[in-house]
Amino acid sequence: MTEPRSALRELTVARLRLFFREPSTVFWAFGFPLLLTVALGIAFRNRPPEPAVVAIEDGPGAERVLARIASPLVRARVEDSATAARELRSGKVALVIVPGEPTSYRYDETRPEARLARVLVNDLLQRAAGRSDAVSVRDERVTEVGARYIDFLVPGLVGLNLMSSGMWGIGYAIVEMRTKKLVKRLLATPMRRSDFLLSFVIMRALFVAIEVPVLFGFGWIAFGVRVVGSPLLLLALCFLGASTFGGIGLLVASRAQNTQTIGGLMNLVMMPMFIASGVFFSTSNFPDGMQPFLRAMPLTALNDALRAVANDGAALHDVWRPALVLGSWAALSYAAAFKLFRWL
Amino acid sequence: MSTTGAGGLAVHCRGLVKRYDGGVVAVDGLDLDVHAGECFGLLGPNGAGKTTTVEILEGLLQPTEGRVEILGLTWASHERALRERIGVSLQETHLFERLSVLEIVTLFRSFFAKGRDPDDVLRVVSLEEKKNAWYEKLSGGQKQRLAVACALVGDPELVFLDEPTTGLDPQSRLQLWDVIESFKRSGRAVLLTTHYMDEAERLCDRVGIIDHGKAIALGSPRELIASLGGQEVIEVTLSRGALDQDGVAALAGVRGVRRVADGFALAVDPLHVALPALIDHLRASGLSLERLATRHATLEDVFVAHTGRGLRD
Repeated sequence: MTEPRSALRELTVARLRLFFREPSTVFWAFGFPLLLTVALGIAFRNRPPEPAVVAIEDGPGAERVLARIASPLVRARVEDSATAARELRSGKVALVIVPGEPTSYRYDETRPEARLARVLVNDLLQRAAGRSDAVSVRDERVTEVGARYIDFLVPGLVGLNLMSSGMWGIGYAIVEMRTKKLVKRLLATPMRRSDFLLSFVIMRALFVAIEVPVLFGFGWIAFGVRVVGSPLLLLALCFLGASTFGGIGLLVASRAQNTQTIGGLMNLVMMPMFIASGVFFSTSNFPDGMQPFLRAMPLTALNDALRAVANDGAALHDVWRPALVLGSWAALSYAAAFKLFRWL
Repeated sequence: MSTTGAGGLAVHCRGLVKRYDGGVVAVDGLDLDVHAGECFGLLGPNGAGKTTTVEILEGLLQPTEGRVEILGLTWASHERALRERIGVSLQETHLFERLSVLEIVTLFRSFFAKGRDPDDVLRVVSLEEKKNAWYEKLSGGQKQRLAVACALVGDPELVFLDEPTTGLDPQSRLQLWDVIESFKRSGRAVLLTTHYMDEAERLCDRVGIIDHGKAIALGSPRELIASLGGQEVIEVTLSRGALDQDGVAALAGVRGVRRVADGFALAVDPLHVALPALIDHLRASGLSLERLATRHATLEDVFVAHTGRGLRD
């Protein structure tokens, strides 16, 4: 004997089972963002400063120059002039020093590392020849956690994940059920429509509560990414973002009759935000004229708010603007979705 | 529990019309009554309007015109109460691929305020042994039985089954027939659609034959077959020459003659009078037989008699 339970609970449990029994959805929700974090975290990790690589053209005075520029900041070797010229051309060395009177530097001015090598080498040579500094200076070196690429990336990936799993998890799932006439079959029972929609909302909420800690937790363990601001505020923003994208997913799904249509619509909606909403690089790379539009996109707003809290320790009163943008998108999309939604 | 609407009618509809945008008329003025405790079959070829009719009766489609009462109530005023009291199996529904049989029935049970125990229902449709199997692993017959289980789990007074056995192998069809018959025996009403004549003859107390959205014949299978004028059919194929249709129709015991794909079908009664008369007639006309067969008349003959076409044409 199985005790009858509430329809909402059964619907929610069914949604959870369907999610976990589909390995590909589990991968896109959890595996993919973690892999992306690892790959990008490794590719863009902060390295210790690389020494400048320079060649000294062989000839009288070459050994003296080599001794004078000995420093951890410079890696120099003596080469015959043909080899030195070839290595300069291929970028193996940044600068060729031709000893003589005057000593000449051969380099490509458009390459930043070449200009840096010239400054370093010249500085060492001049000091070795007795130049003294006219102004006394002191170096303060900082490597700020929270300013690295990985610190920028993790909140962006969380935003991206909330967008894609919200849209696919609600929009695609509903259209798939509609295609299979399963929505119609459910509506032929006394099931309440509100229970049906609410089961999706509850499932998404449960997932936000799991996936956000997993992603930030992984960033912290693997790369030391820290949440500077309030974790509760961060989670609240994630819930807001998830409901916004749930609403957009519902709106996109409101009329679509087959899964190809919904797939195309989803990509149409998500692709611009994928590129321009500052997931992988800052939106400030786009021209100033585009900024108001970029700021108005829901994923930009979500990413800005998440970064403000996670990286800069922003409080609620600092992020009200992106939160308002998200809230407006949520209100608009739910209102439109309820108006347009085709049940049968 | 009794299946009583006004006057004991489980389904009552008058002047049902469904016209789609673009002028296609799927249902064209249909009147239909299904009595309490009765199994009623809607019979007709594909595209006759069976599914449209059933979905209107199920409250899933709005009719363009006409009046529908289910268990004495209308969809407009009592949708929720009606949903609690009817069971539905749609044509070609896919359920949740990766839920188990028991999980699906339990989910459907949760939608109803009152209903049957999911394990009991699975026993009725002989799916107990599959109750932990995922839907996607089931055979066509098992899926269809599960769909019927979902229709029964709310303990309905009336079930709608839209082509419950289409595409199933003979054994699966027999299993489903048993399920439907046992439900019928419990005194509930069933409305099913089918394009299988044998199914309608075996299960249905009454059938409505519909074509192009109109009812062309209504009655018990026995009455409809009797209306042909003959209970038996002689099928004749000639190796050469042509049959004199009027001459044959005038023979003793022959009630009707019609042309079929490879020859003629004669409705006859009684067979033992008509058959010798036919043989004599063929011999006298100098015609030679390629094939001659006799069989009982079926609902298919009723359909052909009314439309001049076969059900699968």
